[in-house]
Formats: sequence, C-alpha cells, structure tokens
Amino acid sequence: MNARDRILSKLKAKMPSTTPALPDVAGWFATHRVVESAADKAKRFRACIELAHAEVHAVTSANWLAKLLEVLRAKQINKLLVAEETAHGDAVLNDFPRHGIDCQTYDLPIEAWKSEMFQQTPASLTVARAAIAETGTLILWPDADEPRLMSLVPPVHVVLLDAGKIYNTFFEAMQAEGWANGLPTNALLISGPSKTADIQQTLAYGAHGPKELVVLMLTEDEQ
Amino acid sequence: MSEHILEFKPSEGFRARSKAVVDNPFLRQSFRGAMDFLMSKRAAQFPDSEELESLRTLGESIRQYNLAKLPTLLEQLEANLMRNGIQVHWAETPDEANAIILGICQQHRAKLMVKGKSMVSEEIELNHAAEAAGIGALESDMGEYIVQLAGEKPSHIIMPAIHKTKEEIARLFADKVEGVDYTDNVDALIQIGRNVLRQKFLEADIGLSGVNFAVAETGTLCLVENEGNGRMCTTAPPVHIAITGIEKIVEKLEHIPPLLSLLTRSATGQNISTYFNMISSPRKPGEKDGPSEVHLVLLDNGRSQAYADEQLRKTLQCIRCGACMNHCPVYTRIGGHAYGTTYPGPIGKIISPHMLGLEATSTMATASSLCGACGEVCPVKIPIPELLMRLREEAFTAPHANPAMVGQGAGYSWLMTSVWKGWAAVYRSPSLYGVATWLGSRFSWLMPSKQGAWTSVRVPLKPAPRRLRDMLKERGE
Ligand code: SF4
Repeated sequence: MNARDRILSKLKAKMPSTTPALPDVAGWFATHRVVESAADKAKRFRACIELAHAEVHAVTSANWLAKLLEVLRAKQINKLLVAEETAHGDAVLNDFPRHGIDCQTYDLPIEAWKSEMFQQTPASLTVARAAIAETGTLILWPDADEPRLMSLVPPVHVVLLDAGKIYNTFFEAMQAEGWANGLPTNALLISGPSKTADIQQTLAYGAHGPKELVVLMLTEDEQ
Repeated sequence: MSEHILEFKPSEGFRARSKAVVDNPFLRQSFRGAMDFLMSKRAAQFPDSEELESLRTLGESIRQYNLAKLPTLLEQLEANLMRNGIQVHWAETPDEANAIILGICQQHRAKLMVKGKSMVSEEIELNHAAEAAGIGALESDMGEYIVQLAGEKPSHIIMPAIHKTKEEIARLFADKVEGVDYTDNVDALIQIGRNVLRQKFLEADIGLSGVNFAVAETGTLCLVENEGNGRMCTTAPPVHIAITGIEKIVEKLEHIPPLLSLLTRSATGQNISTYFNMISSPRKPGEKDGPSEVHLVLLDNGRSQAYADEQLRKTLQCIRCGACMNHCPVYTRIGGHAYGTTYPGPIGKIISPHMLGLEATSTMATASSLCGACGEVCPVKIPIPELLMRLREEAFTAPHANPAMVGQGAGYSWLMTSVWKGWAAVYRSPSLYGVATWLGSRFSWLMPSKQGAWTSVRVPLKPAPRRLRDMLKERGE
C-alpha cells in the first residue's frame, strides 16, 4: 500500500456512519446580510476599499480616460501596461501615446520579459469582473489578455470597475455567477494595496505587490 | 533532519524556556501590548454578539460536515485537481513530504525556492531538508523573512515576528542585508525587505505555498494573505508546490465565504484580507503567466490519529486563525517560542501531541489555566479546554491496551497517581475528611516555609489553626 491508500484506509475505517445535514449557508446569508440598492452598494464598496487605503474615482464612459491620465500625471507616471485585445486597453492605446504616456502591452509570455516586468513597469490597468460591497473587494479573473502578474507586479495598479456590477456579499457573487460550475486558472479577490503589519504591528503599504491601488468606478452619471 | 524532529521533546525544556521569558520584563511587555492590540482589533470586528454566535455555529457545522466526509472529499478533491491539471501527492510523515517536494525541485534542477507563509512547511522542517539538499529556501512573508534572517522560528502562526521590536529588526537588516544602514522607520524597513524579495521572486525556480482551504467540488486551492507574497510565490516561478494538512478541505465553494469571514476577522480583525487567491489549474494554453506545473502535497502527520476519535477529531476543525493564542493568558506571558512546537498556544497544545506523540508533549496540556478564553473565541467552536482535559487524561493515566494516542500514559507516575487517589478518598469520605482536617489544623506548624515554586511568588500554604466546622459549631451553640 502506498501513502495515499494507507491514509485513506485509516480515515475510512473511522469515518462516522452518518453525515450531518449540509450546512445552510444560503439561509444564514438570507437572514444576516443587508440587501442594498445599487447606489448604496457603490457607496459602501467605496467606503470600505478607501478604508483599506485604495484611491477611488467616480468616472463615466465619457471621462474615464481623462481621469486616468490625470491620475498618472499626478503620480508622475509616464508608462502604463495595458491589454491590447480589450476595449478599455484599445481606448488607452489609441489615446495615451499622444499625451506622452508610453503604453506597453503584455504580448509575450512572461519568460520573455520577466526582468522588465519587475523592474521597469511602474503601472498597469486592468478591468474588474465585479466587486463586493460588504468588504470593499474587487473580483478579478485574470485571463490571456490580462494575465495574473498585471495586477501584482507594477507598483501602481489601476482597476476599471463597472459600478453596476457590485454584489452585496462574496457569497452572493459566487452564487449569482455560478462559480461552482467552473473557475478560471486563478480567481482573485483584492481589497486594497499590498500591506503588512509584521513589524511591531505597524501597518505599512506596498509589502510585495502594488503600493497603490486606484479604482476608476464607472457609472453613467457622474456622482 | 528527521532525527531532529523525532528526538526533540518540546515538553522537556518547556519550564526553563517559559521562565526565561517571564523573567524578561521587556519581552513580557511587548507580548502584552501585541496581544491587547490583536484582541481589540478582533472585538471591533464583531460588534453584534448574536451575529458572531450564529456565524460561529455555521462555521462549526461547516467544519464538522466536511470532516465527517473527509476521506470521500479527499478523493473528490484529488480527482478534480487532476482533471484541472494539478498533480497530487500524499505523505504520511514529514520525511515523505520533504522527499516529494525535494524530488520535484531536483527534477527541475532548482536552486532557489521562495516560500509563501506555510505553517505546514514549518511542521515538516522543509528549510532544513532543502538546505541539506543544496536548495535555497527563502521565506518571503515579511515576518517570516525577518525571523529566518535572525536564524529563529516563527513565534505566532499569523504574526511570525511578533516577538521582535522594530529596533531589533533595524539592527538585523543593517547587519545582514548588504548595503543597508540602520533605520527603524517601519516603511523604510518594509521597503528593504520588498526590494530583496522582489528580486528573489524574479529569480526563483520554485514557489511554495500553504493552503487555507481546498475546495473538493471545483478542485481549487485557496490562499488568504495581505502582502502579495503568496500571489508572487504561486504566480511568478515556473513551478508551484502547495502543501496542506489533509483536514483543510471543504466540499462546496459556498462553504468558503463564512469561513473566510471568520478567519480574517478572528485573526487580525480585518473584515477581509487584501488578497484571497483561488487557484484551480496551472497555466493554460494561450495564457502568458502563471506556473506551468502545480503540485499539491497532502500531509497526514498524525492527523488521522486525531480523526479516529470522535472527541479528538474536533481538533481538526481548526482554521488556523490564531485567536486562541491571542486570548490565552499563558501564551501572552510566555510567547510562542517557549512551547518549542511549530504551533504554539492552545491550538498547539491540542494538535502537537498528534504530530509528535505524547512522550514529547505530555506536559503541554498542563500549561493551561483552563480559563476557557480559547474555547470562547474559537471561530469554529473547538472545545479546547475539554480537549486539554482529555489530553491530560491520555498523558497521565496508566498505560493500557488500544490507546487513542501514541505515547498514551507517557507522563504516568505511580507516586502522583497514588497521591491523587488518596486525595480523592479523603474528599469522598466525611469521616476521613474530618480526621485529615483535624490533623491539618493541629499540626499546621509542621508545614515548611519553603514550598517550591509556590513560595517563589506567594506566601506559604498553611492550614488554618481552627476548622470551619468547629467555628460553625461554636456559633450554633
Ligand atoms: S483552535 Fe480555533 S481559535 Fe485557535 S487557531 Fe484554530 S480556529 Fe483559531
């Protein structure tokens, strides 16, 4: 017998003969969590993620590019990593070079440019799939267009979020979108810039990942 | 390396290690401060006691439901991980786990492994094994990096460097990190760590991480963290190896939100951690980053022993939040290193005997005031005080056939058992009790003035010159 069979047979020999009922997670959330209007959810999301040190800007489809440019200028960033096969990435690629922003695309596997990614990529722009109001959390599903390291390595990470896609809770998000039927390579919940309190319980930002997280919250009318 | 684990008996130096900390006012003060801080952060996250109680009950039922089906879920998890392209390995002992991990490293001719915080890799002493095999194993969690640089071990499962002040860390960095001058500015210190470690994430051949929850129905590994080093270790190197105890498994994805909420709020008082990372496969065709190989090592190391007994099985409900440590009056005074075990504090006292045997850990269960704080704060309602009583019984009663635990009876002493039997007999019989108290009150002057550890900080114990029953009798007359 190998280790697997030995472990499993030990466990099976002592497995309880009856299984308790499946815990009623949905029932708990139904009775313990507020369900808010879209505007309230957006407000709560914003308050929570700002508390976690993220910078949030309310934008519209008409002005988000200008706001992004303003944010980059304020931070004296002149290089941005964007995805080319996406609508928002293309919009930036078409507009920013003429404003003096060097737009870089993630067009090669990371092995081809790992040092450059780590050492010469000051900022990136990705989109959020959705968000969670209760905890001020962005949901990201990185893919071939916007790979995983885009939201991790650049010191400034800008995220475009459609304010219409904010759920009340994590539970609601996974239920509504049927996550149990299929998850991507790496699904992520992000609730602020990277941080640590490992030195004398003093909070410091930018431990390993982004030092700054900027959320562009897209709504139809400016708030 | 394996000898190191088997021969080390945490029980043995426990008193001396505890005394060393208690005698150090500076350390006591810093533990007190840190624990007060963590306790108040947790309390602020649970303002509504009804919500807390109902969430704890839900958390407990989720853990118990999943443990009841553990072997079936492990098979389901394995099948789904394999379907997703993740390779699964099983290890009964720390040695087997190390051999599996180092085997993978050698296959890839790896020189450097970066590690995200993984208590299970501490449990198997992977760093020693890697070093012996000529592979660099670098801790990348900021606290663990500091502790590794100092040649120490973590003293807390959530805050590994909680025993160190910023001045100590400043000196450590100035001494050990090339080109760094002394600074005790916390932001600057974090920047130093960040710069060193980012270079290592870029260079590493292997990334190793722990697992907070493994989801059977989807074949997903979940990691909770704030720093981003967990994401770095699982994304930047070409190979990712995860290691977990066999108990950290849930059947359904929907079991995760309540457990995650209990975990982060109980641990550091955050309503959620900065990152919650759900990994379901290696890099897929067309994807441009992420490891091309992902492995999971499932470790037993005594967990199946805990599983076999209905009461001891509750130990495996643990989600490693560390709240029991933060609230333990013993941990708060002696810190994590005094225990000598990978997992310190109340959870350490109930899980370590299964990993190391009762010969090595028999006195651990006695180092508790049984105040009940650990059981009260545990987010998944593990009855820790009850389990400590059980472990005392297992360790100190006479050895018998078919024991529930390895090393049962290891602390048994004929003399101690006889004294307690005599004590019980006196208290059970009114006439014997009467004689004993009569003798005690008459001969109280015989009590020595030095009574070992008791009199080092207290006045000597001395029976009263007159018995209560005599005084009551007088009053009644
Ligand atoms: S025993 Fe309970 S309180 Fe202690 S670490 Fe485990 S889950 Fe947390």
